[in-house]
Amino acid sequence: MSARPGVRRTAHRGLLVRTGVVALVGLLTISPLYWMVAVAFSTRSELLGGRELRLWPREVTLENVERVFASFPVAAWFGNSVAISLVVMILSVTTSLLAGYAFSQLRFPGSTALFFVALATLVLPVQVIMVALFRIVTDMGLYGTYWAVILPTAASAFGLFLARQFMTGIPRELIEAARLDGAGHLTTFLRIVLPLSKPLIAVLAFMSLLSSWNDFAWPLIALKENRLFTLPIGLLYLQGQSGSDYGATMAFALINIVPIAVVFLLFQRYFIAGFARSGIK
Amino acid sequence: MRSPTPRRPGRRREALAAYGFIAPNYALLLVFVLVPLVGALVVSLQRTDGFGAGEFAGLENYARLGSDTLFWRALGNTVLFTLIVTPVSMLFGLVAATLLNTALPARPLFRSLLILPMAVSGVATALIGVLVFDQNSGVLNKLLGTFGLPAITWQSDAGPAFLSIVLVTVWWRTGFNMLIYLAGLQGIGPDLHEAARLDGAGTLQRFRHVTVPLLGPTTFFLTVLNVIYSFQVFDIVFVLTGGGPAGATSVLVTYAYETGFVTRDQGYAAAIGMILFLFALVFAAAQWRASRTKDVAE
Repeated sequence: MSARPGVRRTAHRGLLVRTGVVALVGLLTISPLYWMVAVAFSTRSELLGGRELRLWPREVTLENVERVFASFPVAAWFGNSVAISLVVMILSVTTSLLAGYAFSQLRFPGSTALFFVALATLVLPVQVIMVALFRIVTDMGLYGTYWAVILPTAASAFGLFLARQFMTGIPRELIEAARLDGAGHLTTFLRIVLPLSKPLIAVLAFMSLLSSWNDFAWPLIALKENRLFTLPIGLLYLQGQSGSDYGATMAFALINIVPIAVVFLLFQRYFIAGFARSGIK
Repeated sequence: MRSPTPRRPGRRREALAAYGFIAPNYALLLVFVLVPLVGALVVSLQRTDGFGAGEFAGLENYARLGSDTLFWRALGNTVLFTLIVTPVSMLFGLVAATLLNTALPARPLFRSLLILPMAVSGVATALIGVLVFDQNSGVLNKLLGTFGLPAITWQSDAGPAFLSIVLVTVWWRTGFNMLIYLAGLQGIGPDLHEAARLDGAGTLQRFRHVTVPLLGPTTFFLTVLNVIYSFQVFDIVFVLTGGGPAGATSVLVTYAYETGFVTRDQGYAAAIGMILFLFALVFAAAQWRASRTKDVAE
Protein backbone atom coordinates (compact mmCIF):
# COMPACT_ATOMS: atom_id res chain seq x y z
CA MET A 1 0.00 0.00 0.00
CA SER A 2 2.76 2.39 0.93
CA ALA A 3 4.25 2.06 -2.56
CA ARG A 4 1.17 3.41 -4.34
CA PRO A 5 1.68 7.17 -4.08
CA GLY A 6 5.25 6.72 -5.35
CA VAL A 7 4.10 4.62 -8.26
CA ARG A 8 1.46 7.18 -9.09
CA ARG A 9 3.96 10.02 -8.95
CA THR A 10 6.32 8.15 -11.30
CA ALA A 11 3.46 7.42 -13.68
CA HIS A 12 2.47 11.07 -13.52
CA ARG A 13 6.00 12.24 -14.30
CA GLY A 14 6.18 9.70 -17.14
CA LEU A 15 3.04 11.10 -18.70
CA LEU A 16 4.43 14.62 -18.42
CA VAL A 17 7.73 13.67 -20.06
CA ARG A 18 5.98 11.76 -22.83
CA THR A 19 3.58 14.61 -23.53
CA GLY A 20 6.48 17.05 -23.51
CA VAL A 21 8.50 15.01 -26.04
CA VAL A 22 5.52 14.53 -28.35
CA ALA A 23 4.63 18.23 -28.12
CA LEU A 24 8.21 19.20 -29.00
CA VAL A 25 8.27 16.86 -32.02
CA GLY A 26 4.84 18.18 -32.98
CA LEU A 27 6.07 21.76 -32.80
CA LEU A 28 9.12 21.01 -34.96
CA THR A 29 6.89 19.26 -37.48
CA ILE A 30 4.26 21.95 -37.68
CA SER A 31 6.42 25.08 -37.68
CA PRO A 32 7.58 24.88 -41.35
CA LEU A 33 3.93 24.42 -42.31
CA TYR A 34 2.98 27.36 -40.11
CA TRP A 35 5.52 29.53 -41.94
CA MET A 36 4.12 28.46 -45.28
CA VAL A 37 0.60 29.52 -44.21
CA ALA A 38 1.78 32.74 -42.53
CA VAL A 39 3.81 33.84 -45.55
CA ALA A 40 1.00 32.90 -47.94
CA PHE A 41 -1.44 35.21 -46.14
CA SER A 42 0.76 38.22 -45.45
CA THR A 43 2.14 40.99 -47.63
CA ARG A 44 5.45 40.65 -49.36
CA SER A 45 7.77 42.23 -46.85
CA GLU A 46 5.86 41.84 -43.64
CA LEU A 47 7.39 38.74 -42.01
CA LEU A 48 10.77 38.42 -43.67
CA GLY A 49 11.41 42.02 -44.73
CA GLY A 50 13.05 43.31 -41.56
CA ARG A 51 16.28 42.29 -39.88
CA GLU A 52 14.40 40.33 -37.28
CA LEU A 53 11.65 37.79 -37.68
CA ARG A 54 8.02 38.72 -37.09
CA LEU A 55 6.20 35.71 -35.72
CA TRP A 56 2.79 36.53 -37.20
CA PRO A 57 1.42 39.03 -39.73
CA ARG A 58 -0.20 42.26 -38.47
CA GLU A 59 -2.96 41.76 -40.97
CA VAL A 60 -4.09 38.82 -43.03
CA THR A 61 -4.32 39.40 -46.78
CA LEU A 62 -5.57 37.40 -49.74
CA GLU A 63 -3.32 39.43 -52.05
CA ASN A 64 -0.96 36.50 -52.80
CA VAL A 65 -3.76 34.07 -53.56
CA GLU A 66 -5.41 36.60 -55.87
CA ARG A 67 -2.13 37.33 -57.66
CA VAL A 68 -1.52 33.62 -58.22
CA PHE A 69 -5.01 33.08 -59.63
CA ALA A 70 -4.68 36.16 -61.86
CA SER A 71 -1.30 35.22 -63.36
CA PHE A 72 -1.47 31.43 -63.68
CA PRO A 73 -4.05 28.89 -64.94
CA VAL A 74 -4.53 27.50 -61.44
CA ALA A 75 -7.97 25.98 -62.09
CA ALA A 76 -6.72 24.13 -65.19
CA TRP A 77 -3.67 22.77 -63.35
CA PHE A 78 -5.88 21.68 -60.47
CA GLY A 79 -8.20 19.92 -62.89
CA ASN A 80 -5.24 18.18 -64.57
CA SER A 81 -4.00 16.93 -61.21
CA VAL A 82 -7.44 15.63 -60.25
CA ALA A 83 -8.00 13.91 -63.60
CA ILE A 84 -4.56 12.32 -63.82
CA SER A 85 -4.36 11.09 -60.24
CA LEU A 86 -7.88 9.65 -60.27
CA VAL A 87 -7.28 7.71 -63.48
CA VAL A 88 -3.89 6.50 -62.22
CA MET A 89 -5.52 5.45 -58.96
CA ILE A 90 -8.24 3.41 -60.68
CA LEU A 91 -5.77 1.72 -63.05
CA SER A 92 -3.14 1.04 -60.41
CA VAL A 93 -5.55 -0.34 -57.79
CA THR A 94 -7.22 -2.57 -60.38
CA THR A 95 -3.99 -3.96 -61.83
CA SER A 96 -2.47 -4.47 -58.36
CA LEU A 97 -5.52 -6.35 -57.06
CA LEU A 98 -5.73 -8.60 -60.12
CA ALA A 99 -2.04 -9.45 -60.06
CA GLY A 100 -2.03 -9.81 -56.26
CA TYR A 101 -4.74 -12.47 -56.54
CA ALA A 102 -2.71 -14.46 -59.06
CA PHE A 103 0.50 -14.28 -57.02
CA SER A 104 -1.15 -15.17 -53.72
CA GLN A 105 -3.73 -17.80 -54.71
CA LEU A 106 -2.82 -19.34 -58.05
CA ARG A 107 0.03 -21.58 -59.05
CA PHE A 108 1.67 -20.95 -62.40
CA PRO A 109 5.08 -21.50 -64.02
CA GLY A 110 7.42 -18.54 -63.71
CA SER A 111 5.53 -16.91 -60.84
CA THR A 112 8.59 -16.43 -58.61
CA ALA A 113 10.71 -14.98 -61.43
CA LEU A 114 7.91 -12.66 -62.55
CA PHE A 115 7.33 -11.46 -59.01
CA PHE A 116 11.02 -10.67 -58.54
CA VAL A 117 11.13 -8.78 -61.83
CA ALA A 118 8.32 -6.53 -60.54
CA LEU A 119 10.08 -6.11 -57.19
CA ALA A 120 13.34 -5.18 -58.92
CA THR A 121 11.62 -2.27 -60.65
CA LEU A 122 10.99 -0.81 -57.17
CA VAL A 123 14.66 0.14 -56.93
CA LEU A 124 14.71 1.67 -60.42
CA PRO A 125 14.50 5.47 -60.38
CA VAL A 126 12.55 6.80 -63.34
CA GLN A 127 15.46 9.12 -64.18
CA VAL A 128 17.48 6.07 -65.28
CA ILE A 129 15.00 5.18 -68.03
CA MET A 130 13.71 8.67 -68.81
CA VAL A 131 15.36 9.15 -72.19
CA ALA A 132 14.23 5.77 -73.53
CA LEU A 133 10.78 6.13 -71.97
CA PHE A 134 10.36 9.52 -73.58
CA ARG A 135 11.10 8.03 -76.99
CA ILE A 136 8.55 5.25 -76.50
CA VAL A 137 5.85 7.65 -75.29
CA THR A 138 6.51 9.91 -78.30
CA ASP A 139 6.50 6.97 -80.74
CA MET A 140 3.14 5.85 -79.34
CA GLY A 141 1.76 9.32 -80.03
CA LEU A 142 1.04 9.95 -76.35
CA TYR A 143 3.25 13.00 -75.96
CA GLY A 144 1.15 16.10 -75.40
CA THR A 145 -1.68 14.14 -73.74
CA TYR A 146 -2.47 13.13 -70.16
CA TRP A 147 -1.71 9.52 -71.09
CA ALA A 148 1.99 10.32 -71.32
CA VAL A 149 1.91 10.63 -67.52
CA ILE A 150 -0.88 8.18 -66.72
CA LEU A 151 0.23 4.99 -68.47
CA PRO A 152 3.89 4.88 -67.34
CA THR A 153 2.85 5.36 -63.69
CA ALA A 154 -0.23 3.13 -63.70
CA ALA A 155 1.46 -0.17 -62.78
CA SER A 156 2.69 -0.11 -59.21
CA ALA A 157 5.26 -2.67 -58.05
CA PHE A 158 4.71 -1.57 -54.47
CA GLY A 159 0.95 -1.98 -54.87
CA LEU A 160 1.46 -5.45 -56.32
CA PHE A 161 3.69 -6.36 -53.38
CA LEU A 162 1.16 -5.09 -50.80
CA ALA A 163 -1.73 -6.86 -52.55
CA ARG A 164 0.14 -10.17 -52.59
CA GLN A 165 1.08 -9.82 -48.91
CA PHE A 166 -2.47 -9.03 -47.90
CA MET A 167 -4.17 -11.68 -50.02
CA THR A 168 -1.81 -14.39 -48.80
CA GLY A 169 -3.59 -13.92 -45.48
CA ILE A 170 -6.98 -14.84 -46.98
CA PRO A 171 -7.77 -18.45 -45.91
CA ARG A 172 -7.26 -20.90 -48.76
CA GLU A 173 -10.34 -22.88 -47.64
CA LEU A 174 -12.58 -19.96 -48.59
CA ILE A 175 -11.14 -19.88 -52.08
CA GLU A 176 -11.28 -23.67 -52.46
CA ALA A 177 -14.87 -23.81 -51.21
CA ALA A 178 -15.89 -21.29 -53.85
CA ARG A 179 -13.99 -23.23 -56.52
CA LEU A 180 -15.71 -26.50 -55.49
CA ASP A 181 -19.03 -24.73 -55.84
CA GLY A 182 -18.08 -24.27 -59.46
CA ALA A 183 -17.08 -20.61 -59.32
CA GLY A 184 -14.53 -19.55 -61.92
CA HIS A 185 -11.39 -17.61 -60.94
CA LEU A 186 -12.93 -14.27 -61.90
CA THR A 187 -16.07 -14.98 -59.84
CA THR A 188 -13.96 -16.11 -56.88
CA PHE A 189 -11.92 -12.96 -57.16
CA LEU A 190 -14.96 -10.68 -57.39
CA ARG A 191 -17.23 -12.39 -54.84
CA ILE A 192 -14.79 -13.76 -52.23
CA VAL A 193 -11.46 -11.94 -52.44
CA LEU A 194 -12.55 -8.37 -53.17
CA PRO A 195 -15.07 -8.08 -50.30
CA LEU A 196 -12.37 -9.31 -47.87
CA SER A 197 -9.82 -6.85 -49.27
CA LYS A 198 -11.45 -3.55 -48.30
CA PRO A 199 -8.63 -2.44 -45.97
CA LEU A 200 -6.13 -3.29 -48.71
CA ILE A 201 -8.10 -1.33 -51.30
CA ALA A 202 -8.11 1.69 -48.98
CA VAL A 203 -4.30 1.55 -48.62
CA LEU A 204 -3.69 0.97 -52.34
CA ALA A 205 -6.06 3.75 -53.35
CA PHE A 206 -4.57 6.25 -50.99
CA MET A 207 -0.91 5.37 -51.69
CA SER A 208 -1.57 5.68 -55.42
CA LEU A 209 -3.51 8.92 -55.08
CA LEU A 210 -0.78 10.42 -52.91
CA SER A 211 2.13 9.47 -55.14
CA SER A 212 0.34 10.47 -58.32
CA TRP A 213 -0.89 13.80 -56.89
CA ASN A 214 2.66 14.64 -55.80
CA ASP A 215 4.59 13.02 -58.67
CA PHE A 216 7.28 15.25 -60.07
CA ALA A 217 10.23 13.78 -61.97
CA TRP A 218 8.42 12.06 -64.85
CA PRO A 219 5.59 14.63 -65.33
CA LEU A 220 8.30 17.31 -65.49
CA ILE A 221 9.61 15.63 -68.65
CA ALA A 222 6.33 14.31 -70.04
CA LEU A 223 4.27 17.51 -69.73
CA LYS A 224 6.04 20.19 -71.73
CA GLU A 225 2.91 22.22 -72.41
CA ASN A 226 1.84 24.72 -69.80
CA ARG A 227 -1.87 23.88 -70.13
CA LEU A 228 -1.26 20.22 -69.21
CA PHE A 229 0.77 20.90 -66.05
CA THR A 230 -0.13 19.20 -62.81
CA LEU A 231 0.11 21.14 -59.53
CA PRO A 232 3.71 20.17 -58.56
CA ILE A 233 4.98 21.04 -62.04
CA GLY A 234 2.97 24.27 -61.99
CA LEU A 235 4.45 25.03 -58.58
CA LEU A 236 8.01 24.75 -59.83
CA TYR A 237 7.13 26.79 -62.93
CA LEU A 238 5.51 29.46 -60.80
CA GLN A 239 8.54 29.61 -58.52
CA GLY A 240 10.77 30.03 -61.57
CA GLN A 241 8.58 32.94 -62.73
CA SER A 242 8.18 34.69 -59.39
CA GLY A 243 11.68 34.20 -57.99
CA SER A 244 11.86 35.29 -54.38
CA ASP A 245 8.14 36.16 -54.19
CA TYR A 246 7.58 33.78 -51.32
CA GLY A 247 3.98 34.92 -50.84
CA ALA A 248 2.91 33.68 -54.28
CA THR A 249 4.93 30.46 -54.06
CA MET A 250 3.58 29.55 -50.62
CA ALA A 251 0.00 30.43 -51.58
CA PHE A 252 0.25 28.06 -54.53
CA ALA A 253 2.01 25.40 -52.44
CA LEU A 254 -1.06 25.46 -50.20
CA ILE A 255 -3.31 24.76 -53.19
CA ASN A 256 -1.10 21.73 -53.91
CA ILE A 257 -1.08 20.49 -50.32
CA VAL A 258 -4.49 21.15 -48.74
CA PRO A 259 -6.74 18.80 -50.79
CA ILE A 260 -4.57 15.71 -50.38
CA ALA A 261 -3.81 16.53 -46.73
CA VAL A 262 -7.53 16.69 -45.96
CA VAL A 263 -8.13 13.33 -47.65
CA PHE A 264 -5.19 11.89 -45.76
CA LEU A 265 -6.26 13.14 -42.34
CA LEU A 266 -9.82 11.90 -42.88
CA PHE A 267 -8.69 8.40 -43.88
CA GLN A 268 -5.62 7.90 -41.71
CA ARG A 269 -7.36 5.31 -39.49
CA TYR A 270 -8.20 3.03 -42.43
CA PHE A 271 -4.73 3.54 -43.73
CA ILE A 272 -3.02 2.40 -40.52
CA ALA A 273 -5.45 -0.50 -40.11
CA GLY A 274 -4.88 -1.58 -43.72
CA PHE A 275 -1.13 -1.55 -43.32
CA ALA A 276 -1.38 -3.42 -40.02
CA ARG A 277 -3.24 -6.20 -41.84
CA SER A 278 -0.93 -6.37 -44.86
CA GLY A 279 1.43 -8.71 -43.01
CA ILE A 280 4.19 -6.12 -42.79
CA LYS A 281 4.11 -5.68 -39.05
CA MET B 1 -9.67 -36.91 -53.19
CA ARG B 2 -9.48 -36.00 -56.84
CA SER B 3 -7.89 -38.46 -59.22
CA PRO B 4 -4.62 -37.32 -60.79
CA THR B 5 -5.88 -37.34 -64.39
CA PRO B 6 -8.39 -34.45 -64.36
CA ARG B 7 -5.93 -32.45 -62.32
CA ARG B 8 -3.67 -31.57 -65.21
CA PRO B 9 -6.14 -29.59 -67.33
CA GLY B 10 -7.22 -27.89 -64.07
CA ARG B 11 -3.68 -26.86 -63.42
CA ARG B 12 -3.22 -25.61 -66.94
CA ARG B 13 -6.44 -23.64 -66.67
CA GLU B 14 -5.22 -22.22 -63.36
CA ALA B 15 -1.98 -21.08 -65.00
CA LEU B 16 -3.84 -19.54 -67.91
CA ALA B 17 -6.15 -17.70 -65.51
CA ALA B 18 -3.11 -16.48 -63.55
CA TYR B 19 -1.47 -15.06 -66.68
CA GLY B 20 -4.75 -13.33 -67.46
CA PHE B 21 -4.85 -11.80 -63.99
CA ILE B 22 -1.29 -10.47 -64.17
CA ALA B 23 -1.52 -9.38 -67.81
CA PRO B 24 -2.67 -5.76 -67.30
CA ASN B 25 0.04 -5.08 -64.70
CA TYR B 26 2.82 -6.77 -66.65
CA ALA B 27 1.82 -5.27 -69.99
CA LEU B 28 2.24 -1.79 -68.50
CA LEU B 29 5.45 -2.84 -66.75
CA LEU B 30 6.86 -4.30 -69.95
CA VAL B 31 6.12 -1.36 -72.23
CA PHE B 32 6.86 1.49 -69.83
CA VAL B 33 9.61 0.10 -67.57
CA LEU B 34 11.35 -3.01 -68.91
CA VAL B 35 11.63 -1.98 -72.56
CA PRO B 36 12.98 1.49 -71.61
CA LEU B 37 15.38 -0.22 -69.19
CA VAL B 38 16.81 -2.31 -72.01
CA GLY B 39 16.87 0.86 -74.09
CA ALA B 40 18.88 2.63 -71.38
CA LEU B 41 21.29 -0.32 -71.21
CA VAL B 42 21.84 -0.09 -74.97
CA VAL B 43 22.34 3.69 -74.83
CA SER B 44 24.84 3.24 -71.99
CA LEU B 45 27.02 1.31 -74.44
CA GLN B 46 26.91 4.10 -77.02
CA ARG B 47 28.76 7.30 -77.74
CA THR B 48 25.93 9.82 -78.17
CA ASP B 49 25.91 13.21 -79.84
CA GLY B 50 23.10 14.85 -77.87
CA PHE B 51 20.49 14.45 -80.59
CA GLY B 52 19.63 10.83 -79.94
CA ALA B 53 21.92 9.20 -82.49
CA GLY B 54 24.80 7.09 -81.22
CA GLU B 55 27.41 4.57 -82.18
CA PHE B 56 28.49 1.48 -80.28
CA ALA B 57 31.34 2.27 -77.92
CA GLY B 58 31.49 -0.79 -75.69
CA LEU B 59 32.21 -0.05 -72.06
CA GLU B 60 33.72 3.37 -72.78
CA ASN B 61 31.09 5.23 -70.75
CA TYR B 62 31.61 2.94 -67.78
CA ALA B 63 35.38 3.40 -68.02
CA ARG B 64 34.90 7.18 -67.86
CA LEU B 65 33.20 6.84 -64.47
CA GLY B 66 36.46 5.85 -62.78
CA SER B 67 38.16 9.20 -63.33
CA ASP B 68 35.07 11.39 -62.99
CA THR B 69 35.40 13.18 -59.63
CA LEU B 70 31.84 14.57 -59.88
CA PHE B 71 30.52 11.01 -60.15
CA TRP B 72 32.44 9.86 -57.07
CA ARG B 73 31.30 12.90 -55.18
CA ALA B 74 27.67 12.23 -56.09
CA LEU B 75 28.08 8.57 -55.11
CA GLY B 76 29.66 9.54 -51.78
CA ASN B 77 26.91 12.08 -51.10
CA THR B 78 24.21 9.52 -51.92
CA VAL B 79 25.71 6.96 -49.52
CA LEU B 80 26.24 9.54 -46.77
CA PHE B 81 22.72 10.90 -47.24
CA THR B 82 21.28 7.37 -47.02
CA LEU B 83 23.37 6.50 -43.95
CA ILE B 84 22.15 9.58 -42.08
CA VAL B 85 18.54 9.96 -43.21
CA THR B 86 17.49 6.29 -42.91
CA PRO B 87 18.39 5.67 -39.23
CA VAL B 88 17.51 9.17 -38.03
CA SER B 89 14.05 9.31 -39.61
CA MET B 90 13.35 5.70 -38.55
CA LEU B 91 14.42 6.38 -34.96
CA PHE B 92 12.24 9.50 -34.79
CA GLY B 93 9.38 7.52 -36.31
CA LEU B 94 9.82 4.68 -33.81
CA VAL B 95 10.00 6.97 -30.77
CA ALA B 96 6.98 9.00 -31.92
CA ALA B 97 4.96 5.84 -32.68
CA THR B 98 5.81 4.29 -29.31
CA LEU B 99 4.80 7.45 -27.48
CA LEU B 100 1.59 7.79 -29.47
CA ASN B 101 0.76 4.18 -28.68
CA THR B 102 0.49 5.03 -24.96
CA ALA B 103 -2.19 7.00 -23.13
CA LEU B 104 -1.59 10.67 -24.02
CA PRO B 105 -3.78 13.74 -24.02
CA ALA B 106 -4.89 14.87 -27.51
CA ARG B 107 -3.41 11.75 -29.11
CA PRO B 108 -5.31 11.94 -32.46
CA LEU B 109 -4.27 15.57 -32.83
CA PHE B 110 -0.59 14.78 -32.30
CA ARG B 111 -0.78 11.82 -34.65
CA SER B 112 -2.36 13.96 -37.36
CA LEU B 113 0.28 16.64 -36.87
CA LEU B 114 3.17 14.21 -37.16
CA ILE B 115 1.97 12.48 -40.33
CA LEU B 116 1.04 15.70 -42.10
CA PRO B 117 4.42 16.19 -43.90
CA MET B 118 3.87 12.84 -45.63
CA ALA B 119 1.05 14.38 -47.68
CA VAL B 120 3.18 17.32 -48.85
CA SER B 121 4.62 16.96 -52.35
CA GLY B 122 8.40 16.81 -52.77
CA VAL B 123 8.40 20.10 -54.67
CA ALA B 124 6.33 21.87 -51.99
CA THR B 125 8.52 20.36 -49.25
CA ALA B 126 11.64 21.63 -50.99
CA LEU B 127 10.11 25.08 -51.49
CA ILE B 128 9.16 25.26 -47.81
CA GLY B 129 12.80 24.28 -47.25
CA VAL B 130 13.86 27.24 -49.42
CA LEU B 131 11.67 29.55 -47.32
CA VAL B 132 13.18 28.23 -44.09
CA PHE B 133 16.83 27.92 -45.18
CA ASP B 134 17.27 30.91 -47.56
CA GLN B 135 20.48 32.38 -46.16
CA ASN B 136 19.49 35.99 -46.94
CA SER B 137 15.80 36.20 -46.11
CA GLY B 138 14.88 32.75 -44.75
CA VAL B 139 12.98 32.08 -41.54
CA LEU B 140 15.80 30.26 -39.76
CA ASN B 141 18.48 32.90 -40.25
CA LYS B 142 16.06 35.69 -39.26
CA LEU B 143 15.24 33.68 -36.17
CA LEU B 144 18.95 33.30 -35.36
CA GLY B 145 19.32 37.06 -35.90
CA THR B 146 16.49 37.74 -33.48
CA PHE B 147 18.51 35.97 -30.79
CA GLY B 148 21.67 37.82 -31.82
CA LEU B 149 23.23 34.72 -33.37
CA PRO B 150 25.23 34.83 -36.61
CA ALA B 151 23.54 33.74 -39.85
CA ILE B 152 24.40 30.33 -41.30
CA THR B 153 25.48 30.15 -44.95
CA TRP B 154 22.99 27.46 -45.97
CA GLN B 155 23.57 27.99 -49.72
CA SER B 156 27.17 29.02 -50.14
CA ASP B 157 28.86 26.45 -47.90
CA ALA B 158 29.02 22.72 -48.52
CA GLY B 159 28.35 21.47 -44.98
CA PRO B 160 25.28 23.61 -44.19
CA ALA B 161 23.85 22.95 -47.66
CA PHE B 162 24.13 19.19 -47.12
CA LEU B 163 22.65 19.54 -43.65
CA SER B 164 19.68 21.44 -45.08
CA ILE B 165 18.72 18.63 -47.49
CA VAL B 166 19.15 16.09 -44.66
CA LEU B 167 16.94 18.08 -42.27
CA VAL B 168 14.24 18.69 -44.87
CA THR B 169 14.18 15.00 -45.83
CA VAL B 170 14.03 13.82 -42.20
CA TRP B 171 11.11 16.20 -41.64
CA TRP B 172 9.39 14.81 -44.74
CA ARG B 173 10.06 11.12 -44.09
CA THR B 174 9.56 10.67 -40.32
CA GLY B 175 5.75 10.68 -40.58
CA PHE B 176 5.66 7.68 -42.91
CA ASN B 177 8.00 5.69 -40.67
CA MET B 178 5.87 6.57 -37.66
CA LEU B 179 2.72 5.47 -39.45
CA ILE B 180 4.12 2.07 -40.39
CA TYR B 181 5.52 1.60 -36.87
CA LEU B 182 2.07 2.47 -35.49
CA ALA B 183 0.59 -0.22 -37.73
CA GLY B 184 3.25 -2.63 -36.42
CA LEU B 185 2.54 -1.74 -32.81
CA GLN B 186 -1.14 -2.59 -33.32
CA GLY B 187 -0.03 -6.19 -33.67
CA ILE B 188 1.64 -6.25 -30.23
CA GLY B 189 -0.83 -7.09 -27.47
CA PRO B 190 -0.69 -5.19 -24.15
CA ASP B 191 -0.21 -8.43 -22.15
CA LEU B 192 3.51 -8.72 -23.03
CA HIS B 193 4.13 -5.22 -21.71
CA GLU B 194 2.07 -6.04 -18.63
CA ALA B 195 4.12 -9.20 -18.01
CA ALA B 196 7.38 -7.26 -18.37
CA ARG B 197 6.08 -4.56 -16.05
CA LEU B 198 5.19 -7.15 -13.42
CA ASP B 199 8.73 -8.50 -13.75
CA GLY B 200 9.93 -5.04 -12.78
CA ALA B 201 11.00 -3.72 -16.20
CA GLY B 202 10.99 0.09 -16.48
CA THR B 203 9.69 2.06 -19.45
CA LEU B 204 13.02 2.16 -21.27
CA GLN B 205 13.73 -1.52 -20.56
CA ARG B 206 10.32 -2.49 -21.90
CA PHE B 207 10.96 -0.39 -25.02
CA ARG B 208 14.34 -2.06 -25.56
CA HIS B 209 13.44 -5.64 -24.71
CA VAL B 210 9.79 -5.92 -25.72
CA THR B 211 8.84 -3.28 -28.29
CA VAL B 212 12.00 -3.15 -30.41
CA PRO B 213 12.44 -6.94 -30.89
CA LEU B 214 8.75 -7.46 -31.71
CA LEU B 215 8.93 -4.69 -34.32
CA GLY B 216 11.81 -6.48 -36.09
CA PRO B 217 9.89 -7.27 -39.30
CA THR B 218 8.55 -3.71 -39.47
CA THR B 219 12.06 -2.34 -39.03
CA PHE B 220 13.30 -4.61 -41.80
CA PHE B 221 10.55 -3.50 -44.17
CA LEU B 222 11.17 0.17 -43.37
CA THR B 223 14.95 -0.14 -43.71
CA VAL B 224 14.62 -1.55 -47.21
CA LEU B 225 12.07 1.08 -48.21
CA ASN B 226 14.00 3.99 -46.70
CA VAL B 227 17.28 2.97 -48.29
CA ILE B 228 15.57 2.57 -51.67
CA TYR B 229 13.94 6.00 -51.38
CA SER B 230 17.13 7.64 -50.12
CA PHE B 231 19.08 6.22 -53.05
CA GLN B 232 16.46 7.70 -55.35
CA VAL B 233 16.33 11.14 -53.69
CA PHE B 234 15.65 13.72 -56.38
CA ASP B 235 12.84 16.25 -55.79
CA ILE B 236 14.33 17.77 -52.62
CA VAL B 237 17.86 18.14 -53.98
CA PHE B 238 16.75 19.28 -57.44
CA VAL B 239 14.54 22.07 -56.09
CA LEU B 240 16.24 23.01 -52.81
CA THR B 241 19.94 23.13 -53.76
CA GLY B 242 20.13 22.01 -57.39
CA GLY B 243 23.10 19.89 -56.28
CA GLY B 244 25.10 22.97 -55.32
CA PRO B 245 27.23 24.62 -54.15
CA ALA B 246 29.79 23.15 -56.58
CA GLY B 247 28.37 19.62 -56.40
CA ALA B 248 28.35 19.51 -52.58
CA THR B 249 24.78 18.17 -52.49
CA SER B 250 24.81 16.44 -55.87
CA VAL B 251 23.47 12.87 -55.65
CA LEU B 252 23.50 10.08 -58.23
CA VAL B 253 20.00 10.69 -59.57
CA THR B 254 20.41 14.47 -59.93
CA TYR B 255 23.84 13.92 -61.50
CA ALA B 256 22.41 11.41 -64.00
CA TYR B 257 19.54 13.81 -64.73
CA GLU B 258 21.87 16.77 -65.27
CA THR B 259 24.14 14.72 -67.50
CA GLY B 260 21.26 13.43 -69.60
CA PHE B 261 19.06 16.48 -69.87
CA VAL B 262 21.30 19.50 -69.37
CA THR B 263 24.71 18.41 -70.69
CA ARG B 264 22.84 16.01 -73.02
CA ASP B 265 25.56 13.37 -72.74
CA GLN B 266 22.94 10.63 -72.85
CA GLY B 267 25.21 7.61 -73.19
CA TYR B 268 27.17 8.61 -70.12
CA ALA B 269 23.99 9.51 -68.19
CA ALA B 270 22.62 6.04 -68.96
CA ALA B 271 25.83 4.45 -67.65
CA ILE B 272 25.49 6.40 -64.37
CA GLY B 273 21.88 5.24 -64.16
CA MET B 274 22.85 1.60 -64.71
CA ILE B 275 25.43 1.75 -61.92
CA LEU B 276 22.85 3.33 -59.63
CA PHE B 277 20.31 0.62 -60.46
CA LEU B 278 22.90 -2.13 -59.94
CA PHE B 279 23.89 -0.71 -56.54
CA ALA B 280 20.29 -0.56 -55.33
CA LEU B 281 19.55 -4.03 -56.68
CA VAL B 282 22.54 -5.62 -54.96
CA PHE B 283 21.66 -3.94 -51.69
CA ALA B 284 18.01 -5.01 -51.86
CA ALA B 285 19.01 -8.59 -52.72
CA ALA B 286 21.49 -8.67 -49.81
CA GLN B 287 18.81 -7.41 -47.41
CA TRP B 288 16.35 -9.96 -48.74
CA ARG B 289 18.82 -12.83 -48.24
CA ALA B 290 19.78 -11.62 -44.78
CA SER B 291 16.13 -11.62 -43.71
CA ARG B 292 15.54 -15.05 -45.26
CA THR B 293 18.48 -16.65 -43.42
CA LYS B 294 17.32 -14.99 -40.22
CA ASP B 295 13.83 -16.44 -40.68
CA VAL B 296 15.30 -19.89 -41.26
CA ALA B 297 17.56 -19.59 -38.22
CA GLU B 298 14.66 -18.69 -35.97
